[in-house]
Amino acid sequence: MSVLDVRSVTKVYGEGAAVVHALRGVSLTVERGEYVAIMGSSGSGKSTLMNIIGCLDIPSAGRYLLDDVDVSRLNDRQLALVRNRRIGFVFQSFNLIPRTTALANVELPLAYAGVKAAERRRRARVALDMVGLADRAGHEPNQLSGGQQQRVAVARALVTEPALLLADEPTGNLDSRSTEDILGILDELHAAGRTILLITHETEVAARAGRLIRLFDGQISSDVQQEPVLT
Amino acid sequence: MSVFEVLRFAVRGIGANKLRSGLTMLGILIGVAAVILLVAVGNGSAQQVAERIEALGTKTLTVQGIGGSDVLTPEVAEALDDPVLAPDVTSVSPVTSTQATLTYQGTDHSVQQFVGSYPSYFGASNSPVRTGAAFTADDLAQGRRVVVIGQTVAEELFPGLDPVGEEITVSGALFTVVGVLDEKSSASGFNDANDVAIAPLTAVQQALTGYGPFNSIIVEAKSSEKVADAQSEVSLILSTRIEVPASSTTQPYRIQNASQLLETQTETADTFTTLLGAVAAISLLVGGIGITNIMLVTVTERTREIGIRKALGAPRRVILTQFLAEATMLSLLGGGLGVAAALIGSNFTIVGVEPVIVPSSIALALCVSVAIGLFFGSVPANRAAGLRPIDALRYE
Repeated sequence: MSVLDVRSVTKVYGEGAAVVHALRGVSLTVERGEYVAIMGSSGSGKSTLMNIIGCLDIPSAGRYLLDDVDVSRLNDRQLALVRNRRIGFVFQSFNLIPRTTALANVELPLAYAGVKAAERRRRARVALDMVGLADRAGHEPNQLSGGQQQRVAVARALVTEPALLLADEPTGNLDSRSTEDILGILDELHAAGRTILLITHETEVAARAGRLIRLFDGQISSDVQQEPVLT
Repeated sequence: MSVFEVLRFAVRGIGANKLRSGLTMLGILIGVAAVILLVAVGNGSAQQVAERIEALGTKTLTVQGIGGSDVLTPEVAEALDDPVLAPDVTSVSPVTSTQATLTYQGTDHSVQQFVGSYPSYFGASNSPVRTGAAFTADDLAQGRRVVVIGQTVAEELFPGLDPVGEEITVSGALFTVVGVLDEKSSASGFNDANDVAIAPLTAVQQALTGYGPFNSIIVEAKSSEKVADAQSEVSLILSTRIEVPASSTTQPYRIQNASQLLETQTETADTFTTLLGAVAAISLLVGGIGITNIMLVTVTERTREIGIRKALGAPRRVILTQFLAEATMLSLLGGGLGVAAALIGSNFTIVGVEPVIVPSSIALALCVSVAIGLFFGSVPANRAAGLRPIDALRYE
């Protein structure tokens, strides 16, 4: 069973003269445990695709199934549930809640899922441990380095045991060492069987994935399996 | 998400920018305090008015001759004091009053109201005696020339001295001061209620006014509740006793009732209170608008954060509740502090009035502050909840 089944998804913004065709009929399938990288220049539609896959946006046309559930037909409340339980996000700009501790940040998806406080805390600690930040649980984002913040974001993305991990330029704002740390974590997660979808414009980052999809002008221009480069 | 958790998030949200939250709460604080305090001032003012009128004696009826008529004769006065026909009447005090000049050791003082009446007049007109004593029935029977003077007269003629026992000249006649009245507040405003002197009717008639008809008759009812009954009894007796000539169309006398006066005054005071309350409510409204304004700013500021929360799966309802909770918490805290401020402020005298807090206004003000938070916070909260995550996340 495929985790992701995108069928001829189209996305159009604006109207009349200012109309933008961000995606023009994109179709792809992702199986469980795959590590996929999506590359494309600015304006290729990769962020749009990512947002649709992440249920942050709905396609103008086409269908999208996540774990065999037709997500393109869900209402707001149901989409929120999907985002909470099935998808884990990692953003380029970390997107942690300011003035809140790392632990509280990681706990947040569990809070929205209705998990009780003690259980939440336990699972959050486990997640932070997985990314090696157990000792920084009480720090707030402005007390953490960029790499550490992104690691907290990864922990937050994993805490609900989602089917899919979506990373949008996760290393875009990091220095080389932190980049290496994050990519290392992603490798570990892949080895443990997680499905990872990574958006990037850097070839070195894309090289770590097992499959590379290139987008050009709103369509898939190539989709190849590759040998991941491990360091 | 439990209610407690949402509240925790709300507290965190408010605490993030304490100055801003503080200033917003100040708006509600002022509004609530103003409502409670101004209503208390109005209430206190109404009570003061009532007390002043009580000082006149709400149990009294005043029977007066109209237009210089001479219908109030001693026989009429006696007829009113009838336990069978007027059971609700406690006492009847005929009054002759005149203007007189009082002299003591070279100092003159002109008194507008030199009253001659019965000993019951003191109780009926609510004029308690502070020093010395009132004159007695025996003084009345003997026609003794004794007098009880008011505070103003005492201050004018006997500054720093004890007037009791001294002799004064009243328009040529010699009177002995036997008592000084307690201070009275002036209800009507134009007459100084303390510029009076009260002497036995017989003495005044003999020395000053002659034995003509009375200026008025003060009738004391058994209690304030019985005034209306007493009034009708008195009216009945007068109509049988006083013959109205066929040619005239109006009664030659009128009966005035102090509680009617009280009612009108109380109504005025109540209107005044309501007006004050309305003005204060406007300031509360302004405070509410302040909340909407600040919450809109807060939502805009935290657009990114809202986007993150939604991306993580926060349902629309939770976002809505969180911001509503923040707005309501702001207004409730402001309201609570406003109540405290009002309670403190009520210990001071405001524009000459001692405020009397109305407990229902506190409950009302608190309920209104919650309602304000919910109402004025709903617009920003809806906006926050309706944001699309994708747009919110991209917001700079």
